[in-house]
Amino acid sequence: MAAEAHVHVEHPQRESFWTRYVFSQDHKVIGLQYLLTSLFMALVGGALAMVFRTQLAWPQSGILQADQYLAAISMHGTIMVFFVLTPALLGGFANFLVPLKIGARDMAFPFVNMLSYWVFALSIVPLVASFFVPGGPLNAGWTAYPPLSALPQAAPGSGLGQTLWLVSIAIFCVSSLLGSLNYITTILVLRTRGMSLMRMPLTVWGIFVAAVLALLTFPVLMAAGILLLFDRLAGTSFFVPGGLVVGGQVIPHTGGNPLLWQHLFWFFGHPEVYIVILPPMGIVSDVIANFARKPVFGYPAMVASMLAIGILSFLVWGHHMFVSGMHPLLGTGFALTTLLIGVPSAVKTFNWLVTLWRGKLYFSTAMLFAVGFVSLFVAGGLTGIHLGNAPVDIPLHDTYYVVGHFHLVMGTAAVFGIFAGIYFWFPKMFGRLLDERLGRIHFWLTLLGVYGTFFPMYYVGMAGMHRRIYDYRAFPYLAHLQPVQVFITLSAFLIFAGGLVLAYNMLRSLTEGRPADRNPWRGTTLEWSTESPPPHHNWPGEIPQVYRGPYEYSVPGAPQDYLPQWEPEPAAVRAGGH
Amino acid sequence: MEATPQVPSPLEETQRSGLSLGLAVWLFSLLGVAGALYARWVWTPQSVTREGTSIQSLFDIILGIILVAFIVVHLLLGYFVIRYRARGREAALYLPHHTALEVTYTAVPAAVLVALSVAGMVLWSRVHAPPPPDAFVVEVRGEQFGWSARYPGPDGKLGRVDNRVPAPFNVDPRDPASRDDVISPQIYLVVNRPNRVLLRTRDVQHSFWVPAFRLKKDLLPGATTELVFTPTRTGEFDLACAELCGVGHYTMAGKVRVVTQEEFDRWMRQQARRE
Ligand code: HEM
Ligand SMILES: [Cu+2]
Ligand SMILES: [Cu+2]
Repeated sequence: MAAEAHVHVEHPQRESFWTRYVFSQDHKVIGLQYLLTSLFMALVGGALAMVFRTQLAWPQSGILQADQYLAAISMHGTIMVFFVLTPALLGGFANFLVPLKIGARDMAFPFVNMLSYWVFALSIVPLVASFFVPGGPLNAGWTAYPPLSALPQAAPGSGLGQTLWLVSIAIFCVSSLLGSLNYITTILVLRTRGMSLMRMPLTVWGIFVAAVLALLTFPVLMAAGILLLFDRLAGTSFFVPGGLVVGGQVIPHTGGNPLLWQHLFWFFGHPEVYIVILPPMGIVSDVIANFARKPVFGYPAMVASMLAIGILSFLVWGHHMFVSGMHPLLGTGFALTTLLIGVPSAVKTFNWLVTLWRGKLYFSTAMLFAVGFVSLFVAGGLTGIHLGNAPVDIPLHDTYYVVGHFHLVMGTAAVFGIFAGIYFWFPKMFGRLLDERLGRIHFWLTLLGVYGTFFPMYYVGMAGMHRRIYDYRAFPYLAHLQPVQVFITLSAFLIFAGGLVLAYNMLRSLTEGRPADRNPWRGTTLEWSTESPPPHHNWPGEIPQVYRGPYEYSVPGAPQDYLPQWEPEPAAVRAGGH
Repeated sequence: MEATPQVPSPLEETQRSGLSLGLAVWLFSLLGVAGALYARWVWTPQSVTREGTSIQSLFDIILGIILVAFIVVHLLLGYFVIRYRARGREAALYLPHHTALEVTYTAVPAAVLVALSVAGMVLWSRVHAPPPPDAFVVEVRGEQFGWSARYPGPDGKLGRVDNRVPAPFNVDPRDPASRDDVISPQIYLVVNRPNRVLLRTRDVQHSFWVPAFRLKKDLLPGATTELVFTPTRTGEFDLACAELCGVGHYTMAGKVRVVTQEEFDRWMRQQARRE
């Protein structure tokens, strides 16, 4: 960031380093704070995965004890979901892009925006602290099912580590609330003249729907978390039934119900996977249209399917609970809604495919990741048809089949969307392009690694291997899978190596990347109409007005293969770069 | 000014990357499908229950459909990526929408998914049908970190259990139905008749998972859950706990023995004699 400090000092009010880069209210700075924090957390979450995968592939190595293994997977999942994907998308990209793409000078509530980042930063403190307390971090998985997570006797990590986890998540929920209110309000009221809803780029649509989901579901998680804290600290019994004996001790709680936690958690948890996949769906649409020089095929259907996914995502949470002991009738309903949600997902996939068809495809690194996203989304999404079919889920639930499914469809697909976005908007963020050769190395390491890691997880899942086991050798039918475990772990190392290449590329390109003009990719949306990087308040002069939809590429008869949203008349289109 | 994106590398680079990506997509999808077929036919345990076999058939039908969809999408993806790489002066097709195409590819997946969903519902209600009154009954208890079983004895009734009672299996001796209950670390099931496995936990969640049965069910603190099914083959099958239950979760391996009625009766008489 040091190199940034003297790039544009033309801003009238002189700001100190502190108000400019630390307690900034500029949405772009806040966006970068979010993005860089999440990328750092991705290294932490990824490193945890490397360690526990090593343990699993070579169980005799004993580099982790059983409780440390559980702590590692629990923290890995927590970090990846709450501290990487959510803040990178509904934090990093949402902040940086929403005002620039809809033609606003900033977010609706800049101060609240700053607060949301700092509350997020605060939520990391108890999480990290839990590594250093007696018993270590939580052992109960990122889903933290009570009574395992409610009773300190139940596991070493169910002591202070679990309490700190709950505190961290509750604080995170507050931050997410502040953020999503801001995105929703900004998108609804601050669009520039001509920017009707149906002219918004799909990235903005994805962020909008995701923000609505976040607004309506994070409070439920927060309530559940606080109730669980009460169970742990104040002796209430929301989730702990009577008559339990743990470690020879009779538990005094009575009358709670552990299924209540599962309902509340997944009422949040399922929409959460769409919170982290809808914005990447938008990003990927933007990137594919740009590098295919072609309008996104079926824009209205793309918007409609995002809305359909958003609504249906509230009605499917029970598919995580088919074998939980919930009433079987509920399973029937949830199976139906779950399969229905496959329809808009299929529509989106076909629309991306047709967008590529007869395009003029340029394979920048951003485009490579965008196409990779489509492949991963399909590879992960299709097995959802197995898992969402209630009886078929019975043998698959809580096996590596599920681990393969959700890593492909939401974990790595979302990560590919984030990577595509980073390569695409880095020049807008920092005024310099990322190095494309390093970008390709990053892409190929990641793609090979992801396929090699998560496809075989399906296979070991079919063979019956269940999740969250420290050492599979206790189960005779899993012994023959040893070579596959090693293969998975070696592939995972490739993903991590790719991440290091990205980190190096970003650091280097900040100062040495090729300088970018306003519109290095000859894009059509509003962020490309201003300087790279944009000044505080985004446009030096007037905010541009919008004249057309977001993807007018290769319009027949136009002088150029793109018509930017801000150009009044096709005839008046000037060469890019102003 | 050239009206193409400022590709930071020459056109040859885009050509090479596109070709590699297309070929990679094809190769991965073929390997992926081959692996799935191998895992299905070589690694997946043969189902030894009637319900599990039906589940496995529906799994196979869906597997067929999704493998075809997977291959078709990836063949197209790879083909488009290779075929439509930018080459020079050609222009992309301006095609914002095409209603007939869009309606088709909404309706076809919707129809397939609804059909699969109906098939799933029928099977689901069969798997959850109420147990017949003459079902073989066994109670399986999970705790950190092991399994044990209880059989109702000649009266056909399981006695009351209270975790606070310091008796084996915490069976309440004041309940007359509990007198003849047989408690054992061995889990026996009887072949070719409906078995009703009652599941109970003493502490946290566990999950009763027998890969060869293709069936699993969580043990829910504060409640009794159950699985009802008909084993179709005798033998000894591996049991695992599939729900994270603490540090020893990975040690909760066990065995389930499916035996004939005569074998079970013989074993039961031995147990009764020992008591
Ligand atoms: C570096 C690449 C990654 C590898 C090698 C990896 C590997 C794994 C494995 C093997 C598990 C299962 C552990 C077990 O059940 O014993 C797991 C769990 C999980 N991973 Fe990843 N993962 C990676 C990236 C991600 C990403 C990007 C996400 C983002 C969503 C993610 C989210 C999760 C979640 C939510 C869990 C569940 C944790 C739990 O069981 O509580 N992972 N990961
Ligand atoms: Cu879900
Ligand atoms: Cu367990």
